[in-house]
Amino acid sequence: MSDQSDAASGEGQADTEARAELLDLLCENARYSTEDLARMTGLDADEVEAVVADLESSGVVQGYAAVVDWDRAESVTDAEHVHALVELNVTLDRETGYEDIAERLAQFPEVQALRLVSGDYDFALEVEEESMSRVSRFISEKVAPVPEITQTVTHYVMDTYKEAGHRFEETGDDDRLSVTP
Amino acid sequence: MSLDGESDREAGDGEEAEESTLTPSQRVQNTPPSGIRRFFELTEEMDDVISLGVGEPDFTAPWNAREAAIASLERGQTSYTANRGMRDLRERIAADAERWDLSYDPDEEVIVTAGASEAIDAAFRALVDPGNVVAVAEPCYVSYEPGVRFAGGETLPVPTRAEDEFELTPAVLQEAGAERADYLIYCYPNNPTGATMSVEELAPVAEFCKEHDVGVLSDEIYADLTYEGEHASIAALPEMRERTVVFNGFSKAYAMTGLRLGYALGPAGAIEAMNRVHQYTMLSAPTTAQYAAVEALDSCADEVAEMRRQYDRRRQFVLSRFDEMGVECFEATGAFYVFPEVPDPWEDAGTFAEALLEAESVAMVPGGAFGAGGNGHLRASYATGLDDLKEAMRRLERFVDEHRD
Repeated sequence: MSDQSDAASGEGQADTEARAELLDLLCENARYSTEDLARMTGLDADEVEAVVADLESSGVVQGYAAVVDWDRAESVTDAEHVHALVELNVTLDRETGYEDIAERLAQFPEVQALRLVSGDYDFALEVEEESMSRVSRFISEKVAPVPEITQTVTHYVMDTYKEAGHRFEETGDDDRLSVTP
Repeated sequence: MSLDGESDREAGDGEEAEESTLTPSQRVQNTPPSGIRRFFELTEEMDDVISLGVGEPDFTAPWNAREAAIASLERGQTSYTANRGMRDLRERIAADAERWDLSYDPDEEVIVTAGASEAIDAAFRALVDPGNVVAVAEPCYVSYEPGVRFAGGETLPVPTRAEDEFELTPAVLQEAGAERADYLIYCYPNNPTGATMSVEELAPVAEFCKEHDVGVLSDEIYADLTYEGEHASIAALPEMRERTVVFNGFSKAYAMTGLRLGYALGPAGAIEAMNRVHQYTMLSAPTTAQYAAVEALDSCADEVAEMRRQYDRRRQFVLSRFDEMGVECFEATGAFYVFPEVPDPWEDAGTFAEALLEAESVAMVPGGAFGAGGNGHLRASYATGLDDLKEAMRRLERFVDEHRD
């Protein structure tokens, strides 16, 4: 009996390690192929597929996205992107909690990210739009009028240096000598 | 002969150069340039080469360590330190070594040097007398043999074998006649093979050295880059501490090659002797780098662990790819090298490496550059980003397939 449970927990440990390792690799680069993930982790391709499918279906992995430098994207796509960080203060009552307010705000497609934070304000909102005026209009016409919201402070993003762990810079040449002992 | 370049040029090419008073010593004349040099020159001549020939990390030193170096400069800490290095640093080095069951007194048994290379050179000059024999486990880092020669000693190559996974064994020591050696130098985890040795595998080597009264110079510069099990030091084995000098440093694990900082751990007498050489040649290791190293030991363990994790993924990736393309490669478990056999139909690693460079612009170093034991193999470094590794393996596979019967 105890042997069996030991074996089961050993397997569970291996699963946990595989999940953590694959999650880490997908965060690093979600475009690694199943074959490459298998080569890097020592798992079989089938095992990788199964673990990733499990991470997806259980909601641990909510989606995959590219990390884009929109300033550079503008020059090749004509698409304009303005980002703003918005601080929101709210009042709660018996019928309305943070969840309820978040549920309302998160539905707006302009809202890219929504977080409840500690400190001087309650919600941190990331908004993406085509222009500053559209961001302003969205905040003043859609967000500020929400009855529980008592204050908004909008910060336009002027420049981005690092996002999701990626530094936005010219890719540095490898300045090491090409062959060394 | 004039040392003034200007007048040399005026003399013109056609004129016979005057007899120089600056004749290289016999010692230097008898020392050929590193076998890696030629390959480096070939590679430099070509564009868009993916080099798997690099013997240093592709990561940058952790920012906390770099920031500490910058801050020390801002504070004007630009003077010499104690010969043996800042006491703060020696204390941390001694404390850090306890991870490997090594216990050394920071005052008398630790010396900080300009890279592990300087420590190894100081050890040769401090411990080796003319006529002494230093057994060198091969394949190995290129500087051991010249270092012994510069110190006036003789080297005795001890070729390790692919079938032993390039580990040292009493059998290969015996076969090479190492019982007559005064010292044995080796490096595990190994450059160029990526081999490691566990405490169980080191034990018989320790017995051999005790039985034949051989001193051990243990280069453990890649200790932190051990992927299966824990790194083990021979100095932690019974009665080995007093006959061993351990070399380590910050170049590989902390990606601080250019800061030139290493150290040696050993019994007080040996370290005192090495310090005698060090104080007259280097005086003290670079001060700025010492401040970086203090911070590295205080706060950069996470970065080291992350770099190790990245190397391990690449290691597994590269080993899988060699396996898929049918190239024999033993499972390297340390450093950032794998050491595959030269694929059929080639027999000579140098010819293969040059043909591969020519055809596919991928550089791998022929194993023979690291001593006779490396013949028939190639060193592939995975201190290169995964994208480049993938592309290099793709090209290598194409090249190997094209030439297969």
